[in-house]
Amino acid sequence: MGMPRLRQAYTPHPVVDQSATHLRAYIDGSDAISGRPFMQEVLDGLTSPLEQEDLQGLSFERTTPRLVEPETEDNLQRIFVENRWTDMLPIILPTEARVEAMLEGTSHPPDKIVGRLRPTVFREFWEFDVEKVAVNAVMAGARPEYFPVILALAASGITARSSSTTSFATIPVINGPIRNEIAMNTGIGVMGPYSHANATIGRAYGLLSQNLQGGSVPNESYMGSQGNWYAYTAVIPEAEERSPWQPLHVQKGFKPTDSIASIFFGGWYTHAGYGPRATWKEKMRHALAAVEQYSPPLFVMDPIVARGFVDLGFDTKEKLIDWCAENALLTAREYWDNQSVQLLRPKAVAGIEPYASRLKAHPDEVIRIYEPSEITIVVAGGETQGAWKMISGALRATVSIDAWR
Amino acid sequence: MSQQITVHDPRGYPPKVVGKRLAPRLTTLDGKTVYLVDCLFDNTDVFMEQLRQWFAERLPAVNVRVIRPQKTWSDDEAMRAAIAADGDAAILGVGL
Repeated sequence: MGMPRLRQAYTPHPVVDQSATHLRAYIDGSDAISGRPFMQEVLDGLTSPLEQEDLQGLSFERTTPRLVEPETEDNLQRIFVENRWTDMLPIILPTEARVEAMLEGTSHPPDKIVGRLRPTVFREFWEFDVEKVAVNAVMAGARPEYFPVILALAASGITARSSSTTSFATIPVINGPIRNEIAMNTGIGVMGPYSHANATIGRAYGLLSQNLQGGSVPNESYMGSQGNWYAYTAVIPEAEERSPWQPLHVQKGFKPTDSIASIFFGGWYTHAGYGPRATWKEKMRHALAAVEQYSPPLFVMDPIVARGFVDLGFDTKEKLIDWCAENALLTAREYWDNQSVQLLRPKAVAGIEPYASRLKAHPDEVIRIYEPSEITIVVAGGETQGAWKMISGALRATVSIDAWR
Repeated sequence: MSQQITVHDPRGYPPKVVGKRLAPRLTTLDGKTVYLVDCLFDNTDVFMEQLRQWFAERLPAVNVRVIRPQKTWSDDEAMRAAIAADGDAAILGVGL
């Protein structure tokens, strides 16, 4: 910001879920950093005279070198961990030869700018080129043929290391021919540690996010209270060939021959079920009512489940999505009591639908909590079980993988 | 394992930081209008109301007004213009 002497006063954490009495105690108490009376910090901030350094601000340029000083392999592994350039698991050291090999996976030049990322909306963007993405892809253990997928994720502008206190993760769904070209697994163990491509592409997305955005350091640039296991690696290639429905990217208007990454922000909750069994409607209604309603559901259905729903008359994803939207219900009281839904209240007050109607509803009135456009279904799984998962996931970006071949 | 090797630095490129001076300070808050900017995060409205009450009880000569942007996590130019039009100071909160 160029204002290192910006005047700030610090309350303790948290502010959310605290009573008025508790928050008043923060105000009457001490600044959490300086230890001085909190309100003294506030009043001094407004009235104490400016000094010369306050008038100047601070201008400077920073650089990051292309190479790290030569060291032994053991020392480099340690340096990468100490600098928080890893996910705390061992990495493949990005030697010049390995990075050069990774760059063979794309036609784009190493110095081409790919995009910008930041941990959260009020932080600065950092920029990066193809070579920097390749460095992180190497670290994750990815192979050059995966590189167009990794570049597309990097170019999305959506970080996989969000600093939200809610500990969101970022989950890409991959569609199109690239899945088979690089042997992504859509079958048994699709969301588990059983595919080199799935595992390393998801890991690369996390590593590149934290390193190319300027870090993901707890208490500095990462504030997720509980963290998120999906953040280690999460990527879902859709089982298009075994699905009775249109693949996700075709639903969104792309051709079946396009290779597309759809990026979902969520991973906050996960429900699971079987079926569809005789009581599937009750099960689904319970699950939809139990979500954190700020984050819509991304369903991942085994092909057995998808075919089961077709047998029940849901011959398109859209029909099942419509049913889910009609049956995702809460009382207005429950809906508006959710912590994160509070962030939607300004839209409701401004008259933006459907939030305005939800706010007008009597607290005991049962309201719909999602629009069909917010709900996603993809098909993946090994057909050893009629299993489905419902994962928190809001679609944030759709990017072409072909553009990065 | 003792052989030295050269590897790439994995970090991106940070932006240039351009210094900005702080706004002039007030010599007194008496008779001045101070805006409390509610950033709209959960429970911030409760905190800001407590802050408003603190001023009302302890510094009643200060004219304190709570104001909110139209949307969460966005720069609301109209709100900033409103503060600039008749405000003498602003307190933004609660940050994360």
